[in-house]
Amino acid sequence: MADARRRLYMGVESGPVGSSRIHDSAPKHVAGEALYVDDVAAPEGLLHAYLGTSTIAHGRLLSLDLDAVRQAPGVIAVLTAADIPGVNDISSTHLHDEPVFATQAILFHGQPLFAVVAETRELARQAATLANAEYAEEAPLIDVAAARRAGGKLVTEPLKLERGDVAGALAASPRRLKGAMAIGGQEHFYLESQIALAIPGEDEDIAVLVSTQHPSEVQHMVAVVLGIGSHAVTVEVRRMGGGFGGKETQANLFACVAALCARKLKRPVKLRPDRDDDMAITGKRHDFVCDYEIGFDDEGRIHAVDAIYAARCGWNADLSGPVTDRALFHMDNCYFYPAVRARSEPLFTNTCSNTAFRGFGGPQGMVGAERFIEEVAYATGLDPLEVRRRNLYGGPGRDVTPYHQTVEDNIAADVIGELERRCDYQTRKAAIREANRTSPIVKRGIALTPVKFGISFTATWFNQAGALVHVYTDGTVALNHGGTEMGQGLYIKVAQVVAHAFGIGLDQVKITATTTGKVPNTSATAASSGSDLNGMAALDACETIKKRLTEFARKHWQVEAGDVAFLPGRVKIGAREIAFKELIAAAYIARVQLSATGFYATPKIHWDRKAGRGHPFYYFAYGAAAAEVAIDTLTGEYKIERVDILHDCGQSLNPAIDKGQIEGGFVQGMGWLTTEELVWDRKGRLWTHAPSTYKIPVASDRPRIFNVHLLENAPNREPTIHRSKAVGEPPLMLAISALHALSDAVASVGDHRICPRLDAPATPERVLDAVERVRAEAAR
Amino acid sequence: MRDSLRFLLGDRLVEIDRCDPTLTVLDWLRLDQRMTGSKEGCAEGDCGACTVVVGRLDRGRLRYEAINACIRFLPTLDGCQLLTVEHLKGADGSLHPVQQAMVECHGSQCGFCTPGFVMSLLALRLNEAEPNVGRIEDALAGNLCRCTGYEPIIAAGRRMDEVAPREADRFLSEREAVAARLETLDDTETLALQGDGGRFHAPATVEALAELVAAHPQATLVAGATDVGLWVTKAMRRLDSVIYLGRIEALRAIIDEGDHLRFGAMANNIDVREALAALSPQLDELMRRFGGEQVRNAGTIGGNIANGSPIGDLPPALIALDATLVLARHSEAGIERRSIPLESFFTAYRKQDRRPGEFVETVLVPKLAKGALLHASKVSKRFDEDISAVCGAFRLTLGSDGRISEARLAYGGMAGIPKRAAAAEAVLAGQRWNEAAVAAAIAALPQDFTPLDDMRASAHYRLKIAGNLLRRFLIETTQTQAQTRVVGLLAETANG
Repeated sequence: MADARRRLYMGVESGPVGSSRIHDSAPKHVAGEALYVDDVAAPEGLLHAYLGTSTIAHGRLLSLDLDAVRQAPGVIAVLTAADIPGVNDISSTHLHDEPVFATQAILFHGQPLFAVVAETRELARQAATLANAEYAEEAPLIDVAAARRAGGKLVTEPLKLERGDVAGALAASPRRLKGAMAIGGQEHFYLESQIALAIPGEDEDIAVLVSTQHPSEVQHMVAVVLGIGSHAVTVEVRRMGGGFGGKETQANLFACVAALCARKLKRPVKLRPDRDDDMAITGKRHDFVCDYEIGFDDEGRIHAVDAIYAARCGWNADLSGPVTDRALFHMDNCYFYPAVRARSEPLFTNTCSNTAFRGFGGPQGMVGAERFIEEVAYATGLDPLEVRRRNLYGGPGRDVTPYHQTVEDNIAADVIGELERRCDYQTRKAAIREANRTSPIVKRGIALTPVKFGISFTATWFNQAGALVHVYTDGTVALNHGGTEMGQGLYIKVAQVVAHAFGIGLDQVKITATTTGKVPNTSATAASSGSDLNGMAALDACETIKKRLTEFARKHWQVEAGDVAFLPGRVKIGAREIAFKELIAAAYIARVQLSATGFYATPKIHWDRKAGRGHPFYYFAYGAAAAEVAIDTLTGEYKIERVDILHDCGQSLNPAIDKGQIEGGFVQGMGWLTTEELVWDRKGRLWTHAPSTYKIPVASDRPRIFNVHLLENAPNREPTIHRSKAVGEPPLMLAISALHALSDAVASVGDHRICPRLDAPATPERVLDAVERVRAEAAR
Repeated sequence: MRDSLRFLLGDRLVEIDRCDPTLTVLDWLRLDQRMTGSKEGCAEGDCGACTVVVGRLDRGRLRYEAINACIRFLPTLDGCQLLTVEHLKGADGSLHPVQQAMVECHGSQCGFCTPGFVMSLLALRLNEAEPNVGRIEDALAGNLCRCTGYEPIIAAGRRMDEVAPREADRFLSEREAVAARLETLDDTETLALQGDGGRFHAPATVEALAELVAAHPQATLVAGATDVGLWVTKAMRRLDSVIYLGRIEALRAIIDEGDHLRFGAMANNIDVREALAALSPQLDELMRRFGGEQVRNAGTIGGNIANGSPIGDLPPALIALDATLVLARHSEAGIERRSIPLESFFTAYRKQDRRPGEFVETVLVPKLAKGALLHASKVSKRFDEDISAVCGAFRLTLGSDGRISEARLAYGGMAGIPKRAAAAEAVLAGQRWNEAAVAAAIAALPQDFTPLDDMRASAHYRLKIAGNLLRRFLIETTQTQAQTRVVGLLAETANG
């Protein structure tokens, strides 16, 4: 390979934003040199903690005899709720419903009861199994149906969105139908399981290295549990081995327990659960049951939708409120409902507490929307893509969402049309129909589905970020911001913004670990907001420094302010051009402050949850995917054979990184909707608690033909960081095309007259069930 | 007897006098050596984040295999070379072509799975020239990535030999020299290693093995450790006496003996696949989907049988083929052998007909007679690296009158043991091989099986599939134009 090309790949050359730089840690990843928490050299005197957990899913703890645990080899201490100096609660929404250790009520199988600290992790883990707990066991509520039968206790306030007269519109609709859809949950399966290392210092100080998306919340929780001020707690995250939402709140438990043990024993303590324990204890994507009624006409136009989204939330609220809210925010996807009512039902169950997961309820809401479309298509005999097109948001009169925000940036029709043309959708669809006639066993299907995803935290106050930029006297730059790196390439994107701002090479910008000691009061790196928020905050800091430098240059070289420009590789000052580092050296001598903080708060957004009205999203990200699949009608097995994607990243900060998010998001979404099935047994034990039983996609599951393109010439209409768009979550929902392609293949056995009503995940068993049902109905 | 473990870590000779018999390679690397490049993702051999490459002598030649360090016991590396991600960079700090290709193709995001992928790709590069996409997928079937969606990693697999030619790879040019060093470590002494947790024996001959099994009747026999490893990492069982079979070269042999194949119990699933593929493409495809590449490298035919799992994928095929199992044990007069039909080995859930002192030594697999029809199908949620919901393997012998003279229908996942469908077989006997016969056999299946509901499938689905696989068999043998498979070798060739 040409040296220049390699230098470009390796990010040596200076260059603006918008180029495909490699992930800053890639050379370290491939050499095993990137450090994760478990790789950091252990501090002297390190001890290991392990959690002892409940062996029933519901009941009362009558007694807890820990003598055998204490007497086990290598055990240093055993800690329970009684050892907590502060508050025994880590509820992220302050509902006081999430004790670190259970005291009486046992609410799920795997609930932490105590921690044991030992000389080695192995000894701690063995000792943790030796507790003798007595319970008064009660029947657990495992799923939505059971929770509803038991009275439908909620973990948090439900939400209702309403626009227009739904009852009237349904009654007046030429046609109407009712249905229900089950939408499965999903285990995050970050490759690096949860981990925390706590190191006590002087006074009440404690430092915590932890794999979390939300260092500030960990800091707050550790302070609350230890009964100390947040200023005594420093939380640092260099990188995570994957997060996907699973480390937004779920790291709190592990960090707090490690910190509690470290504080009590005055020694460093590490806590890393085994994969199976991680999967049993931590929350997952919410599974939903969506009950719907749709009013429509023979032209496939929807007149009204009335839907209830009921979610299995688990044993506490965690983020279930905002997650179920976001399901409702996306129950329209790209479609205008003239009259609509949507209600959430965040149900309490005796299972792990479901939490954030890439898309945050949005995917489930959107899967419901696409089912509504499919129902109308089969009921009217129209092509599903045509029904989609007829119901898209449009101009005035057809541009208001169920939450009363006007869609101002709608490009869904263009994206759909462009993808349809590029992937030759109609021709292929006809060919597939024809080929299916002569293929008795294997049937193919195709579907094209769009995505519109709202960008911003719906809790408006989270839409803020801070950054800290230091320029040293040699012209090198240290960058710090509140966003965390979980593989998504946030660090490189923000570094690109900074390098671009100063006109220096990426190699001149040192990316430093996220720490609460440098940038305080940060929001979780979540809601796809990382580069939008932190990129702008970092740019703000750069602009502050540049302003000071410009002012200095103006005086020093006697030029107009407008004559100072930061160009790639140099600074133009009047007629002269000097190196950035020369300017810095001179500015230092002149006592110019070369460090600045930056801050950003997203404009325009507001949300009144009680009224169900507002402008919760700054903008929308769009995309569309076309999937082609083959199913085996004897076994239900299938293969996603080809996928074409056109996705809107605005003006991409880094097309290679964005493409990685799109491909990775699609495959993760495909796993969610196909092979990833969570199963609990009747006692409330998670049966799929390891990769041997819980099947995420492997290399051969990805479509062999996978054409992924970024929408070109589509700068964000809002002034986001370099007019880019958020890309973390939206592509996951492109995978809904795969579910609908499977559905299309299933429908072929009934000559496309019967709606397959394929629920998710569409495991081979579900696909075969649907095939048999469609066949039976067609024969009737 | 030799009482110290010897192996190469990269190019450094390691000798260890005391070692726990079940210390995993991964814990030794990370905790003892502080080599933290290899990661623990699942500790059960399913995610591949811990993948390392082991070089071992195979008939005098150095053979490189990707394995899961998390479930491999350190003492089993005796006489081998262990390569980890830390060994790849050049002396000048430059990235190895596999690493460079991964970087250039944007093959890492969070990076946690990356060292494992790098090592799996390294093993592929060292073993095969110009692998196609299918082979790259197979080689990576035991590596999970949750970030990239795999496309850039596959691209890296295609790119690595462009970055620098394979022939120039440092590991290939050093191959002879490393083989020579391993030769010097090779001996016929039994390795007997003492550790705090117990004793580890690794005999080098069948005779020594027989004597050890007789002398230590409670010892756990370990082949590839792909299941026993989990007893340690998941169930936290302590095994105080382990006998490892991996040093006995004679047990790895596969010999064509005319009308049948003779498999040594320690033949690994890579070699077993190659041998069985010659009998039928159906078996090739079944074995292609056996575990991930790391498990295919470590796992053995003997282990898959002796383990007695009701969901092992080899027993149904071998039962359909009417394989014979040879069990051996020590006696005063030398080694005493007992041959039994494989199907009779499985007596009840996790119970086998293995007498005190006995071990599985050999599996004899008859080749297909002329006119015999064979079918093998595995149904699981995911195609690669998954455990069967149902595995069906069938052999029909048709008489000169076109009627079925013998039917052998073997299933995994349908009962507590791999089991034949006696009632369905009886229905088929004497029938012509057609839709009516299949329908009758399907109707008889509920007499043969009462499957269970579990996390893999419902009982209803299992029974349905068990029948539909017979239908698939009929279509594949009578309507060869019809496509019946959606993935794999059979979808891409015969029926595609």
